[in-house]
Amino acid sequence: MATERPEGRATPARKDDSQVRQKRMMAEHYARLARSAETGEKNVYTFVPGNLTELLRSFDLLPVLPEINALQSAMRGKSREYIAVAEKLGHSEDVCTYVKCDLGMMKSGNVGPTGEFIPDPSLLLLSYTGCFTFMKWFEILRQEYDCPIAMLHVPYQADGAITSAMRDYVVGQLRDEVIPVLERVSGRRYDEDRLRAMLRQSARAEDDLVFVLESARHRPSPIDAYFGGVYYIGPIFTAFRGTEEAVGYYRALREEIEERLAKGLGPVTPEGEMRTEKFRVVVEGPPNWTSFHTFWKMFADEGAVAVASTYTKVGGVYDTGFRHDPDRPLETLAEYCLGCYTNLSLPSRVDLISRYVRDYDADGLLVHSIKSCNSFSAGQLMILREVEERTGRPGGFIESDLVDPRYFSAANIKNRLESYFQMIEQRRAGSGA
Amino acid sequence: MRVHVGIDLGSTTTKAVVLGEDGTVLGRGITNSRSNYKVACDVALAEGLIHARFGLVARALADAGGTEEPRAEALAALERLFRKHQYLGHLAVFERIGTRIVGSDLLARDLAGPFTAIVAAMSAEAADLFAPGAARKSDFFRDLAGARYVQHAEEASRARGAAFDRLLGIFDKTILEVENVPAEDGAFASHARAARRELTDAPASLDAALENAVDVPLEIAGSVGTGYGRQTLPFPKEQIRSEILCHGLGAHAMFPATRTVLDIGGQDTKAIQIDGDGIVTSFQMNDRCAAGCGRYLGYIADEMNLGLHELGPMACGSTRPVRINSTCTVFAGAELRERLSLGEKREDILAGLHRAIILRAMSLLARSGGVASEFTFTGGVAKNPAAVGALAGLVRENYGAMTMNISPDSIYTGAYGAALFARRDGRASA
Repeated sequence: MATERPEGRATPARKDDSQVRQKRMMAEHYARLARSAETGEKNVYTFVPGNLTELLRSFDLLPVLPEINALQSAMRGKSREYIAVAEKLGHSEDVCTYVKCDLGMMKSGNVGPTGEFIPDPSLLLLSYTGCFTFMKWFEILRQEYDCPIAMLHVPYQADGAITSAMRDYVVGQLRDEVIPVLERVSGRRYDEDRLRAMLRQSARAEDDLVFVLESARHRPSPIDAYFGGVYYIGPIFTAFRGTEEAVGYYRALREEIEERLAKGLGPVTPEGEMRTEKFRVVVEGPPNWTSFHTFWKMFADEGAVAVASTYTKVGGVYDTGFRHDPDRPLETLAEYCLGCYTNLSLPSRVDLISRYVRDYDADGLLVHSIKSCNSFSAGQLMILREVEERTGRPGGFIESDLVDPRYFSAANIKNRLESYFQMIEQRRAGSGA
Repeated sequence: MRVHVGIDLGSTTTKAVVLGEDGTVLGRGITNSRSNYKVACDVALAEGLIHARFGLVARALADAGGTEEPRAEALAALERLFRKHQYLGHLAVFERIGTRIVGSDLLARDLAGPFTAIVAAMSAEAADLFAPGAARKSDFFRDLAGARYVQHAEEASRARGAAFDRLLGIFDKTILEVENVPAEDGAFASHARAARRELTDAPASLDAALENAVDVPLEIAGSVGTGYGRQTLPFPKEQIRSEILCHGLGAHAMFPATRTVLDIGGQDTKAIQIDGDGIVTSFQMNDRCAAGCGRYLGYIADEMNLGLHELGPMACGSTRPVRINSTCTVFAGAELRERLSLGEKREDILAGLHRAIILRAMSLLARSGGVASEFTFTGGVAKNPAAVGALAGLVRENYGAMTMNISPDSIYTGAYGAALFARRDGRASA
């Protein structure tokens, strides 16, 4: 979900066409938001997991995603001061740092990642999965902005499956609550044909994204599915799902990866192209954004590639077969929301991760646990033990935070990572190491 | 002869272990870690190599046969005398550097006389310090010399009016430099021969063994570094191992049935699970906050004006341990004073503090997969009887009765593991 070059580093060494394209898309989007006072375009603040981008876009509404703004602020080195602003307002140290970073940005003039002003919301659409804090976040925003608010409640997949009752419940809310509000805010009528056309484009982009993610099954993997992965999911997780730009981006990305595959190349890292793939890991948990490149380099220096990650599934799990279906527009949106990684039960997560370890022939599961995110971190040790048990591959555990730089202890994390990789090496070599 | 070396560069102390080609431990060296890691590494290694030559003497005596008891007695006496000469050697360096420091400071020149007198007194009492049956207080020259220097400086300030705090200032400046001087080549030969000359009753085979140990060249066939400061060691990357792996392998080598290892060091705590070959299967360690590690006890000792080694025994005298929840080192002083002001006994407060740090370690153990028999406790804190007592109790309560191992050489576990890796690497590439 990252578009900026973190920490101001001139990396990756070579700019791929897809990266240039993504950067341009993001810049245009923020510029369009900044101009909206003149153009009269309306926007909707909403969240990544369970977002309704096609529906919003079918009303010509522009999505604004506070988590993305927060992580972008962190990559630009602004999160420390934004968090300080939020703490001054009375939010404690343990509160989700995405929330604090976003509030701090808002209180500091609401200047977005491209340096342009982000307009006040025309609507707060609380469509979220798996994280209760999202609701509290919008409660705070509601006090700040005098604007309409809509909520989509997505039931948790506690029993590991989507039932028809769950789907109908979400569809009912879309039809009876969300769409009427969108009509009111946008001044347009619901246009199902337009929505279908967008969903068709979503599915095309999703096909290409899945191809890219699954390319990591090859040895060497042509991609890093965690650090590189957050770039790959950028357009589809944010404001572009269902757009022509997204279709074009994922087609271009796929062609690049096909070329890397054909040439047998490894992934591009902050230190240039990885020559030797020594370790293949599956990573659970979001990355650290304040020291993103330092963190990535710790992997790259050890020859470690993430071949699959769960974080790249928080805005949609596509590699188990789900595609947006234009023939069932509201049902498919409901299934999408219900199916996001953050909405999966712990046993379902264990199943998914164990499958990744096996299918991608990984050396093991590495958990990056987030200090200020209880909804992601709860149960991670259980997941780790269970995946170890099922796959027979060793797990590793590191801790830092999303966007609070105070939680990133580089020496400690490096120590644990090195220990984990050496442990894998030692176990490979067996007792005769 | 070829030896393999492991160096554990910890936050508090740097340890070296020297292995013979058959994998037996020949020698160990330890020094305070300091800002200059390279020097700490050199000093510990030099000491380890000297000690290794003792290992060779012991081995030669054993090979020569004879009865065990006189042999062991002769070796112990030789080592005691050797340490005396080593101490005197350090003292000579101390005098040389201290005299220069006093002389180069215009305002300190009045201390030249008292300083020389203090060192002379320290030198004269060295024999008592290393007399048969004298308690072995510390292996660090800083500690041994520091205690004596302070006492003589007090007397000098009373008798001759020399300012006590200025004399201490000279010690502090001098000792920093002294600690950065590694043992010279040939230090073993001169100290060992001097010790031998003072030894009256020795087995016939000792002289040959000693001369052989003096002459044999020790060739370092391989070295592996580990510990907190390992990245700063002058070793290539493939000769650096994580301390998690080294502690696992070291504990396995000391106690082959080990399945769980707990290491509480100066600024980190590690819970490690290993398999029957000493291979790590899972681990957890403290995060960026090092509350409840060895440094915490050091801080408490300072707050109470006690030596670190006195804490544990005092805590063992507790009858009603105080419940303490925070292991934050920053708050420790305040909590301690508050408890004292409430009239709690020092013993009971200390017992509570020890229990609190062990509770933190229990959480790491739980997260790493629990405690399985046999359980091996390593690191500097394993020398503390109150910590050991609290750990044994909590492990029994939570995981049932099991064998708990603590080696007298537990502080060397990481360096031992590193040396074993060096030996394996050497054999793999041979």
